[in-house]
This record gives sequence, structure tokens and C-alpha cells, in this order.
Amino acid sequence: MRKPAEIGLLLALVAECAVFAVAAPHFFTADNLRNVTLQASISAILSAGMTFVILTGGIDLSVGSVVAMAGIVATSCLKLGIGLPLSILAALAFGALSGGMAGALVARLSLAPFIVTLAFMTIWRGAAFLVTDGRPVWDLPPGFALLGGGRLLGIPVPTLAMLGIFAAGHVALTATRYGRHVVACGGNPEAARLAGIRTGHVLASVYVLSGTLAALSGVLLASRMNSGQPNAGLMYELDAIAAAVVGGTSLTGGRGSIVGTLLGALLIAVLRNGLNLLDVSSYVQQVLVGAVILAAVLFDPQRRSR
Amino acid sequence: MTSLPLLALRDVVQRYGPVAALDGVGLDLAPGEIHALVGENGAGKSTLLKILCGAMAPDAGTITLAGRDVVFRAPADALAAGVSMIPQDLQLVPGMSVAENIVLGAEPVRRPLPLLDARARDRAAEDALALLGETLDLGAPAGALPLARRQLVEIARALSRRVRVLALDEPTASLTPRETAHLFATLRKLAAEGAGILYVSHRLDEVEEIADRVTVLRDGRVALTAPASSLDRAAIVRAMVGREVRASAPAGTPRGEEILRLEDVGGPGVAKVDLVLHRGEVLGLAGLVGAGRTALARLIFGAERRSRGRMWIEGRELAPRSPREAIAAGIGFLTEDRDVLGLIPQMNVRENATLAGLRAFCLGPFVRRARERAAVRTHAERLRLKAPSLEAPVAQLSGGNRQKVVLARWLLTRSRVLLLDEPTVGVDVGARQEIHALARELAGEGRGVLVISSDLDELLSVSDRIVVMRRGRIAGELPAAGATRERIMTLATA
Repeated sequence: MRKPAEIGLLLALVAECAVFAVAAPHFFTADNLRNVTLQASISAILSAGMTFVILTGGIDLSVGSVVAMAGIVATSCLKLGIGLPLSILAALAFGALSGGMAGALVARLSLAPFIVTLAFMTIWRGAAFLVTDGRPVWDLPPGFALLGGGRLLGIPVPTLAMLGIFAAGHVALTATRYGRHVVACGGNPEAARLAGIRTGHVLASVYVLSGTLAALSGVLLASRMNSGQPNAGLMYELDAIAAAVVGGTSLTGGRGSIVGTLLGALLIAVLRNGLNLLDVSSYVQQVLVGAVILAAVLFDPQRRSR
Repeated sequence: MTSLPLLALRDVVQRYGPVAALDGVGLDLAPGEIHALVGENGAGKSTLLKILCGAMAPDAGTITLAGRDVVFRAPADALAAGVSMIPQDLQLVPGMSVAENIVLGAEPVRRPLPLLDARARDRAAEDALALLGETLDLGAPAGALPLARRQLVEIARALSRRVRVLALDEPTASLTPRETAHLFATLRKLAAEGAGILYVSHRLDEVEEIADRVTVLRDGRVALTAPASSLDRAAIVRAMVGREVRASAPAGTPRGEEILRLEDVGGPGVAKVDLVLHRGEVLGLAGLVGAGRTALARLIFGAERRSRGRMWIEGRELAPRSPREAIAAGIGFLTEDRDVLGLIPQMNVRENATLAGLRAFCLGPFVRRARERAAVRTHAERLRLKAPSLEAPVAQLSGGNRQKVVLARWLLTRSRVLLLDEPTVGVDVGARQEIHALARELAGEGRGVLVISSDLDELLSVSDRIVVMRRGRIAGELPAAGATRERIMTLATA
């Protein structure tokens, strides 16, 4: 029943690529396509977690700041010399913890997700500047940069991570009990509770998921910049929300798809990339991206039927 | 009634789809009269009030106020004409002060600037309260007041606009006897000053006490209008239930062993209930709205916490802290409002049906879609569920078929005790009979089935035994063979 929206998005993406392929000679090259997916990957990974949160009727504004903090945690751990795997684990644990706190406040105390995650957004951004004194964490051991800059079979690692996460997310949402429960909690929380679903657990879990994925994005971004930057991931939460919404996920919860979110993220990334190649100014780009978000919501086939 | 009626309704018709909630109702209200409006649940009282206060436009019919035809397109029109209603669930803004609530919608301003005039507001509020002989702290937030006081604020709001007709819907439902006496004194004072009062209540003792005249609604028509002095309670009950109904005891199923036992159970909305349900039995639970029937079902299902008492299912103690635990113990709950409390509107038939019992089709976290589909299909056939496909959104199904989707959910969890709350509301006649047959069939397979219904015909035709609740307690029990609508209503309203 959500097929038409996804097919529409896919057609829009193909049309967009066709237009840029004609208009910008460099668009349809292996290098550039690699580049687009690489550019898309960081915020797309965020938007996968965001989709789960929005499906429950919530929102996670803290992800951009978690990206920065996770990068700082990972790079700082590396400098302490505890090795790459443990450093990454520490960053992911931080993301899970941040999400767990937000989730507990939302699920247990019924606080508004917007407010709770707005608070964490501000707290982690401040903390990122506080612990680094506003200076990047750099001079990292060699090898860390390979994570974000390396390739496997010619495909950038972040792109592979993105594809893996979306594949897993799609399966989780459509083929597991957990996915069913997430949709039910967003669609009608009281009916879900009366059907025996532990709505509190489900609600809290999506924030843990979102925080963990944000931390992963943060590690990848820090690796690409080969440093932990306190201002990394600024406003990324809005890109993540935009990708989910363009992908057909309803902000009131209960309806959405991971495939749609991936297509939404790619649609926006290709638009930015193509406009860059055409030398369109970043000011105009912003206006156009905003117009695309509006257009996607206006032409969403599900919107009318509800 | 010799004087010209203050308010007259003529041939009012209101349909919801094919069902006529009001089918040509006429009603007069004289100045200074207290007119009681009674009827069973669903007789059309609420609809009539909604039309009167402008919340709903009738499909046909006229309303005359002091000799002039009026059309209320919105509650604001009715208020401007002097018709106010005190709804059952009060409509105050809890965070606003008493005075702000009283003048809400008609806030005095300092002309020519559109700035609020606090002094004029307080004066208006005081004047309105003085008409009731009351003083309240004007600055206190309305939400902090006890219920009876909040009701005073509502009435004061009506009075602050020079009310000509005041309609009250079940105003005493949550009042103590003393507060009720006070309300009655207020209403008499208002009537003495020439207002017409329309008083809707289930409580016949109150009706006898306060009303000058009584109108009984039944199935959307006026069954009776007469001076209260000429009626006794039995006559009112007879008019409410109408035609004699044969006590159609279903072919006596042999009652099996005990499956659910409640002793001394209480909680939100339930005072104290002892109840036993047997295998193979359909137990009807009757009572007026607010008598505690749904509240009792919610306690059994773990949706609400018990404050007292013990329960047993199949001999094991049942103390559910959540619906999840009740479901695990073998209970299924078909909620009163399936669209609000039962279904996930964004999900399809299959997903809604397996929402509670998904674990049975899972391998680890993964749903085995083929098994899921097969199981849902089996139950859909069994329940004669009519849907375009199992993948169709539930919104495309009719009321009866949506109900069957939720019923399938509880069969898929292998519930041994089924609580069916108003199972045929909004369901067409054919599906209604099917659901009745299913309730009997499911009981016949060894389940215990509890049917809550405001439809006495439904209870009489489906139940082996009928228990009547009143104000959170069991008011009495009737075997199906000996039950009549009159006996049920007498127990429910006494």
C-alpha cells in the first residue's frame, strides 16, 4: 500500500539524474556518482534512525549534536591509545546512552519528544565545545581516515555502511515483530497497548536506535575530516527530517518507509550535487531544496487518502 | 401548558447513514418549566441536545424560539439566541481562571481598543455567580476546583449571557446528594425567573423530584410526553422500553466449569464487584452509561489498575499489571470503540489481526509472512470476514467487518475469556446477527464470553444470564429466561 509513493520517488530520482546528466557533463561519471553517495551517506544514516523515531510520532532533534560529540569521543579515545575498535564502540555507546536518556524521558515521563531532544541538541553541542575548548581533536593515528575515505570493491566505506543500514532497517521495519510494533505505536498508541504491546519499551528503543546511528555517522564524518570537530553535524537533524518527510514518512506517526527515506535522501543529495556541478550558488540551492521538500509533501499520494 | 411555548421543536429528523437517530421528534418547552428528557442509551437524547445547542444541523424539522423560527449553524448562534447547554463532560479551560471561564467567548473589552477589561470581566462573573447565590474565588484556575464547583462555573457562564433556555445533560452524574440538592435549588430559581430548562437524566428518582413534565424518547421518536404528576416510575420505564419483548432464552447451553472469578474487585469506576463466568457461557452485562461496565472490563484486562479484590482465571490467580499480562493469561478484549481503541488505521487487515499474537508466527524477530497470512485467512473465513483482500487497509471495511478483524485478533491469541464491549454498535443488522451467532459459537467451544451492551434486545437474545450494574456495583442478576427489558431497566435505574 505504500508502493505508489516509492515508485513516484524513484521516477523523480531517475528524472532528476537524467536532467543533470544532460545539463552537466561531469554528472554521470563513476567518480561523481561515488561522490554523491558519499556525500549523501552521513545524513542518510541519520535519516534511517529518524524514520523510526518519526514512525512512532516522535522527532529527534539531537542527532546533529550527537554526530559532533560522537566524533569527539571517538577521536579522543584514539588519542588515549585504546585502539580503533574500542574507540568506535565508545562513540556508539555514547550515542546509545544519549538516545536512551531521551527515550526514557519521552516514554516514562511522557515528555514531548520535541522538547527533550531539543534540550539534548543544545546540551551536546555545548558539551562538544566545552570538552574541546572549541578546538578540533586532530593529529590522529594513521588508519582512522580509512574508515571514511577508504573503499571496498571501489565503493566508499560510508556508502557501504549506508546501504547496509538501510537494508537492515528495511528488513526490521517490514519483516520483524519490532517493526510492526513501531508502526502500531505511532498509528494508535492506546490500541497498541491494548493489544499487549509494550509501548514504553518500543518508544524508548527508537531513540536508542537513532542515537546509535547518529554516533556512527559522527565517527564516519570525523574520519573523513580526520579530526573531531565540535561544530560537526550542525543542522544535520533538519536534513534527516527532510529526507524522511520527502520519502513519505508522516510526521504524525504510523506511516513511512525506509526505502522512501533512502530515496528522499538521495533525491536531495543529487539535487545539491547537480546544482554544484552547474555552478548554482549555494543560496539558490537552499531555496530549491526547500521547494523540493514542499513539492514532495504536496504530491504525496497518501496525503489525500487520509 | 397554556402559555406560548418558549421553545418548540417540530418534526426534527437526524440521520447517521441509514440509521435515523431522530425520526420526527417534536418537543415544547414553556417559560418557567423544567422539562425532563429520558430514554435508553441511544434513544436520541444526545443528538437532540446537539441540535438544540447548534453543534449539529438537523436533516429536517424546525426550531422555534419565542414564536420565531431559528436556524443554529454553530453553537455561537444558539448562545446568541439565549440557548445554553451544560454538557455531560464539562467544557472549561482548566488553566484559565474562574472569571475567565465564565466570560469565555464574550470577553468584555475596553472600547474602542480591543484590550481585555479585567474589572468588567470580574463584575460579569460575580453577577452571574450571584444569580446562583454563590461566590467563588474568581482568580482560581478552573481546573483546580472540585467537579461540582466546576459545574457551577459552567452554569454561571450560561447565566452571564442571559439564558432563556438551559439544557443540562446528565448533570448529576458525578455530584454528591448535597451538591445535587443545591443544583436543583438553582434550577428552580432559574425557572422561577422565566427560563425554560431541559433536563436530561437517567435517574428516574431525580426526574420525579425536579420535573414539571417528562418526555420519553425511544428509538428516535417521542414515546410519551406527560406532566410528571401523572406518571409513576413504572410508567416511565414502560415508555422507555416500549414493546414487550419475549425473553428469548437461547437454547440452554450446559454451563461448564468456572473460568473467570472476581471477588470484591474495585478500581477506577468500579466500586465492588463479585462475578463468576463459566465455560460455554455468554454472560450479558447490562447497565447505563457510566455504571462501570467498561471500567470493569478494563480492570479484568489490566488496562486499569485494581485498587481492591482478587481475580482468578481457570483457577489461577489473575493480577494483570498490563493488557500484555492479561492477554498472556488468555483474555481478549473487544473494545467499545474499535476505531479509537482497537485498530491501527494505517495497517492492513492482516497486520491488525495479528497485532497481539504475532509471536506465534515469528522465527526469532522475523515474521514468517506465509504462516501469518495462512492463519489470518483461516480465521477470516471462520468469522466470515468480508474484505477486498487481507492486505486491504482496515478503513475500507464496513463496521461489522472491522469488528471481525479485532475479533480475529483475539482468536489468534487463543483467548479463553472474551470481553466484548458494545460489539454491534455501528454494525448493520446482518453483521449484528452474525456477531451474535459468533459469540454463542465461541462460547460453545469452551470459552467464557462477557458481552457488555446498552442494547437490551441484544443482551436478551445473546446471553445465558444477565448481570446488571449500577454505580460501580452489581445491582442484580437475571437468568435469561426470566429477564425482560423492564426488569433490567428497573435494576439499572433504581
